[in-house]
Amino acid sequence: MFGLNRSDTLLLIFVALLTMLAPFFLNPFPEGSSLAQFNGGYPDLMQRFVIFGIFAIGFNILFGLTGYLSFGHAAFLGIGSYAAIWMMKLLTMNVIPAIILSVIVAGVFSLFVGYISLRRSGIYFSILTLAFAQMSYALAYSVLTPITGGETGLQPKLSDPRILDTMLGGGGDATRANLFGLEMGKSWQMDWNGWVFTFNTGYYVAAVVMLIAFYLSIRIFRSPFGLMLRAIKTNQNRLNYTGVNTKPYTLAAFVISGMYAGLAGGLLVAMDTQVGPERMFWTASGEVVLMTILGGVGTLIGPVLGAGLIKYMENILSKINEGLLETWFAFMPDTAGDVVVTVLALFTGKGWHLTLGLIFMLVVVFLPGGLVGGLVQGGRRMFRSRDGKATRETKSNQTPPTSTPAE
Amino acid sequence: MAILQVRNVSKRFGGLQALNDVNLSVEEGTVHAIIGPNGAGKSTLLNCFVGRLIPDTGTVMFDGKSLLGIKPHEINQIGVSRVFQTPEIFGDLSLLENVMIPTFAHRDGAFKVNWWNRADRESDIQDHAEEILQEIGLYEKRHEIADAMSRGDKRRLEMAMCLSQDPKLLLLDEPTAGMSRADTNATIDLLKRLGETRGLTKVIIEHDMHVVFSLASYISVLAQGTVIAGNTPELIKGDPKVKEAYLGTEAE
Repeated sequence: MFGLNRSDTLLLIFVALLTMLAPFFLNPFPEGSSLAQFNGGYPDLMQRFVIFGIFAIGFNILFGLTGYLSFGHAAFLGIGSYAAIWMMKLLTMNVIPAIILSVIVAGVFSLFVGYISLRRSGIYFSILTLAFAQMSYALAYSVLTPITGGETGLQPKLSDPRILDTMLGGGGDATRANLFGLEMGKSWQMDWNGWVFTFNTGYYVAAVVMLIAFYLSIRIFRSPFGLMLRAIKTNQNRLNYTGVNTKPYTLAAFVISGMYAGLAGGLLVAMDTQVGPERMFWTASGEVVLMTILGGVGTLIGPVLGAGLIKYMENILSKINEGLLETWFAFMPDTAGDVVVTVLALFTGKGWHLTLGLIFMLVVVFLPGGLVGGLVQGGRRMFRSRDGKATRETKSNQTPPTSTPAE
Repeated sequence: MAILQVRNVSKRFGGLQALNDVNLSVEEGTVHAIIGPNGAGKSTLLNCFVGRLIPDTGTVMFDGKSLLGIKPHEINQIGVSRVFQTPEIFGDLSLLENVMIPTFAHRDGAFKVNWWNRADRESDIQDHAEEILQEIGLYEKRHEIADAMSRGDKRRLEMAMCLSQDPKLLLLDEPTAGMSRADTNATIDLLKRLGETRGLTKVIIEHDMHVVFSLASYISVLAQGTVIAGNTPELIKGDPKVKEAYLGTEAE
């Protein structure tokens, strides 16, 4: 279906179900219960899941396929955001032109950055991209204040021209993003036996965009173009002596992933109409690297899972403070409870990065293929032990090309 | 007709004169072996053919075009393929993919963003790659990962990759280096068979005289950066200059 093979089609359907039903299974705990704070099913967080999913999918096209590790992709995300907000200020609060412009501007900017950075490979390439991103951050933070709003950033104001909106009579709230009148911030809640599920317009718009982005990335992975990119990662030297000009291939991958980042940046603005320079800071670039590695470099769904995991921890784990921990461990004897709370407090609240670091270390050491790599490996092991030892040899001979990126 | 013409090629690395006024021409359809002791400049010469090195002076003409100053991928696109001393393959990919990549490069040129089609639905590429693997005897292993192959298989795979492009000239840099006697003989048989079915022009750099005399139709002997002899295998065998280069002169 959709020109994909069976397993890819199943994967796409799986991701579609995952995103469409997310409001349900991200809220597994009834409202008001003590576990309700682990619910991730509120609009703001769900939007972040899919938007950073797009960001990581795009990043994986560069890093996962060609092996070029960019440390500056947040710059493209930020540029996309600024482009989108200017579109909203000048033209219309409809998100479509904003998103389109953010993709185009990020694409042009990544063409420029990529053209220069790709003159080097390995660590020098990474450093060049990092330098560009930090320069962009510095520009947005201070030098270009008239365009970027400096430290405070940008927001749509009532006084903005919004040429298209005024021409068409300016329906709706002038500072709220919409899709042909459908407000992004609108939510609809469903009550069911104490459970509350929230369905948000913005989330579903972003989710549909993510599904399209995901589908396109599958096409790229399975295409001759994707095969060439994987060949670059394995042996660029051989590829050159095979009659392939590798430069434009890496540049194309760089621009595509830059456009994905721009798309994510534009969507961030579409959901929450504001932008500041911190979006381009190097930690944001590092985050997408973590997402991709956590989920599984070079796998299709890995980056999406990695993005989800990190955003979940960032939002949920950081909410757990000492007071909350004390109520949880109140049942313990005083001193023991105090010790447990003091230790756990290090890993939660503001210290959630510590937990992230630990998980990252564990994944890199024990699951070199990331979460997806681990799942595939585990699945294969189960599959084999069920078949018994006798058929192991024949099984391994029949396994389809193991080099195709796993689900 | 000479398909490869090397005229007055010299190359110096600092104080070392690696190549000194080298002249040779490779006739179409022949197997031209370049032999010589270690450090004679054989690999340097080969690197000058594929764009990895640019000679300081002299010309290298292939099929009427100069090979100097153009990039490796451009040289490959006009019909020169190279097998490296240590197999250069796409280790993470399957054997089939390894052969499909050069086939794509041959069909689509140096750059084409073909991102919408599925690589495994490009049946002409797929069929061609499978045919080549069949010919070289690796068809059964086509879904295995290249890195898991034995060294001999890796080298055969690299040859398959080069053959899939139907090159006019195949350069082989010590195709049997580090191989067992059995693997070496298998490679000789393979190269002989390819010579019969395809009539491909080959340039072979080789240390192993057994290989050279089994395959070559013409031999150039390189010593200290210069061609000291060039002739048919029979005549090279008896050439005193060649013996001298290999065994050294008597102490005076």
